[in-house]
Amino acid sequence: MNLKKYFNLKSLFTAFALVGLSLGQVMAQATEEAAKNEGLGKTVSYYILLFLLACVFIGIIGKVLQVYELTRKIQGKKSGIAWDKFNGAMFAAALILGLYGAYWSYAEHGSLILPESASEHGVAIDSMFNVTLIITTFVFVVTHIILFLFAYKYKHSKKRTAYYYPHNNTLEKYWTIIPAIALTVLVLMGFFIWRGITNIPKDQMASAIQIDVTAHQFAWDVRYAGKDNVNGRKNYKLIGSLNGLNNLGLDLSDNRNNDDLKVNEIVLPVNKSVRFTIGSQDVLHSFYMPHFRVQMNAVPGMPTFFQFTPKITTAEMQEKTNNPEFNYQLYCAKICGGSHYNMKFLVKVVSEKEYQEWLKEQKPIVTEEMKKEYQLALSKQNSVNNQIALNN
Amino acid sequence: MATAAIHNPTATHHDEHHDHAHHHETFLTKYVFSQDHKMIAKQFLITGIVMGVIAMILSILFRIQLAYPDQSFPLFEVLLGKFAPEGRLDPNFYLSLVTIHGTIMVFFVLTAGLSGTFSNLLIPLQLGARDMASPFMNMLSYWFFFTASVIMLSTFFIESGPAGAGWTIYPPLSAVAKSMPGSGLGMTLWLVSMTLFVASSLIGGINYISTVLNMRTKGMDLWKMPLTIWSFFLTAIVGLLSFPVLVAAVVLLIFDRSFGTSFYLSDIYVAGQALPNEGGSPILWQHLFWFLGHPEVYIVLMPALGITSEVIATNARKPIFGYHAMVYSLIGITVLSFIVWGHHMFVTGMNPFLGGVFMITTLIIAVPSAVKTFNYLATLWKGNIRFTPAMLFAIGLVSFFISGGLTGIFLGNAALDINLHDTYFVVAHFHLVMGSAAIFGMLSGIYHWFPKMFGRLMNAKLGYLHFWLTFISAYLVFFPMHFMGLDGVPRRYYSFTEFESMNEWLSVNVFVTWAAILGAVAQVAFLWNFFYSIFFGEKSTQNPWESTTLEWTTPVERIHGNWPGEIPTIYRWPYDYSKPGHSTDFIPQTTPLSETMSSNMPHDFEGNEEAERIQEEWNAKNVNNTEEVK
Repeated sequence: MNLKKYFNLKSLFTAFALVGLSLGQVMAQATEEAAKNEGLGKTVSYYILLFLLACVFIGIIGKVLQVYELTRKIQGKKSGIAWDKFNGAMFAAALILGLYGAYWSYAEHGSLILPESASEHGVAIDSMFNVTLIITTFVFVVTHIILFLFAYKYKHSKKRTAYYYPHNNTLEKYWTIIPAIALTVLVLMGFFIWRGITNIPKDQMASAIQIDVTAHQFAWDVRYAGKDNVNGRKNYKLIGSLNGLNNLGLDLSDNRNNDDLKVNEIVLPVNKSVRFTIGSQDVLHSFYMPHFRVQMNAVPGMPTFFQFTPKITTAEMQEKTNNPEFNYQLYCAKICGGSHYNMKFLVKVVSEKEYQEWLKEQKPIVTEEMKKEYQLALSKQNSVNNQIALNN
Repeated sequence: MATAAIHNPTATHHDEHHDHAHHHETFLTKYVFSQDHKMIAKQFLITGIVMGVIAMILSILFRIQLAYPDQSFPLFEVLLGKFAPEGRLDPNFYLSLVTIHGTIMVFFVLTAGLSGTFSNLLIPLQLGARDMASPFMNMLSYWFFFTASVIMLSTFFIESGPAGAGWTIYPPLSAVAKSMPGSGLGMTLWLVSMTLFVASSLIGGINYISTVLNMRTKGMDLWKMPLTIWSFFLTAIVGLLSFPVLVAAVVLLIFDRSFGTSFYLSDIYVAGQALPNEGGSPILWQHLFWFLGHPEVYIVLMPALGITSEVIATNARKPIFGYHAMVYSLIGITVLSFIVWGHHMFVTGMNPFLGGVFMITTLIIAVPSAVKTFNYLATLWKGNIRFTPAMLFAIGLVSFFISGGLTGIFLGNAALDINLHDTYFVVAHFHLVMGSAAIFGMLSGIYHWFPKMFGRLMNAKLGYLHFWLTFISAYLVFFPMHFMGLDGVPRRYYSFTEFESMNEWLSVNVFVTWAAILGAVAQVAFLWNFFYSIFFGEKSTQNPWESTTLEWTTPVERIHGNWPGEIPTIYRWPYDYSKPGHSTDFIPQTTPLSETMSSNMPHDFEGNEEAERIQEEWNAKNVNNTEEVK
């Protein structure tokens, strides 16, 4: 049969290529690793055997069923197993078990999700979430009951014929309009919450505590704006200048940099608005603090912003979650390379008093050494000539 | 089968020319460089299945890593060499696995494997054409696809490993070779492969569209086309309009990578060096990518929905409920799919005002999807459901489509997306709605049209086993993932061990991994069934599912040119199942209304007054007759 040849050739080719390539790899290592992988063959063949056993078992069941059905046929009785009935019953069982499973998952896994929002805007997000969850869960349950019950109830029977029912315009109008209304409500709610979060008046922007976050593979650099509450200018071409001290690329000709503070953890005063300016030095990252319902990508070449007000201190949250080890965290949520999974940064929310005390302890990001290097570079440059741009 | 014999004028019209063409077929022209749409469909299908199995094995590899992050598996080192030193996956290789799994599944399996198979197989057969509009281009389409597949897989055998920046390959990660090993040669080959892939899709798409528009048989007007054809047609249009944008984006990325341009790059300092690129924007890539990327999920889903419509109607023995509404909702999805791409970018730095706009368009697209769901449910109501494996998978699709669609309502909401973006919630959502649902549509189609492709039937009992194991394991895998997302666990994390707060999910990860392994093993039942049945399956009859559509009027032998004689004429819509007054519970599209006087309904005549008059006369006579008998 020609078809056979076609199939065999093709599968042979694929199998040959795969086997050949994996063999090549195995052979290369075989000599030195033979000792190391002792017993591996045994384990692998054990699992393969187990699998083959399962296949044989299923094969036997299949044969038994076949023999049973054939004997029934020979005896002239109507064919053996009513598979339509079987599958219908399976759908009924799947409905009951599935609904219970969904309930169990809601209860069990649902208890592991994030605690209540630690930020003000997050409360609105959470209530929006709850409304959506209630609506969708209702639809999920009802449609699945209908789907599986119909499958069970209207399973094939020779006695019945199906009901010829090609369309019903009224019904179709209803189930176009009702979802449309429900979605309109959700859209409007979501739209206003979204605008509330992202569309912040200019004066509130300026009055918030300014924090500048720079992401790079695979860590975060955070600086506070200091007394003037403005973060100084950066330029990526200055990164690594000043004898390698300037790892953020601060532009020291901008005096606003001098009072900026370098921090090793983000500490926020409770109930004060903070505005994060987010940037990246290399690839995309995502500034993600799930407990505050905060996420914004860090994009090289384009600063992004997120402003919010934390409302629960770390200590309070430890009590609420009944976990004395609890801490807010900053993660990276955008794939950024090999250590994407490990870009941890500690975040704390404290009282105003604690915040002020902590702030006093923080050192300026522009160290004395950096200033010296900068002066040196400046004088050197002045002495040579003024044509060479300082920054290059 | 009495009905199958109607309008099968094999003996009367014998086409000499077609017979003649058969003599020149060699192995090469018949099975390799075939221009027969049925053979090309099979080529697409088998390549798609092979790619699907490979992508599935990749997923099991990274699932094992997630479940047992601290354990060493010597087998990994034997198989993967330096990609798994000491028997543990390298973090960069983990990302490569995720990337290639996504790429293969979305493009190679669910786009080419699904559209390529069923559009090629069914468009000529269900419309009554001898072949596609351009059989040669059809062949090219497959071989472009095949080459793309080979190149994509070849990246596993290069020093720096396959592309690893995620299937969306966002620059700068994908553009700057120094940022990760996977952005070296592996990424170059990824881009080459995708360019060939898009060429394949476009060639195929042009062919599908021109065939649907020009080569329908007599009587087959657009409103008599089965929903499968509608969905393939609209899918091809979506692909034709969106794929070129991806090519444009890819070409710009190639320029950025190799020729020093700055389309996507600006202000980058990497590996101790500031790059000279300035003025580009990574956001531009995202706009271009998702302009394809979002329509792409409908390219994946719509054929599956079309197949489901056909399978559900056939096996529920009922007309599909609201045929016109089904078509209009497909058209609605087609149009809207082009203006929702921004919902992938709510928190990527896109202007927040745009986020609000995209949220509105996104939630509007849920309406036609809801209509489709309710219409499926209404089709099942008071049906007489035969649970063929195809029907089981079609019902499974409806379930996944509901579940995944509902979680989309969360993600389409910009405010909620802030906290859900790039978490496991997203992973759960799209694996249900476009992963599981589309795969189920594809499997449904395979079981249903297997007799049309190979002349044999697949084993139903193995099909049941395959369905129930796959259905259950898919839910076990993806349902818990929603809650991980709600706990703020980001996706594409190599391990959860670095964060104290994620430790509670380790046991869930073990559970999910074993569910995934169960699902993977269940596919062996399918693969066995599929390949065994090609050669040894039970021989099929001409119309095994007692279906109304045109493809079942062709002979089982699957000849070149499809119909031995004249192409049959179409007289009615494709969903006359269980029509009251008719002797059988289905009336093929080729049966004229004049042969079914007892079951004709007023709307069948579409305002043809002459026909209505004849029917009235017949009715009057028939009523008299029955009275006389009494």
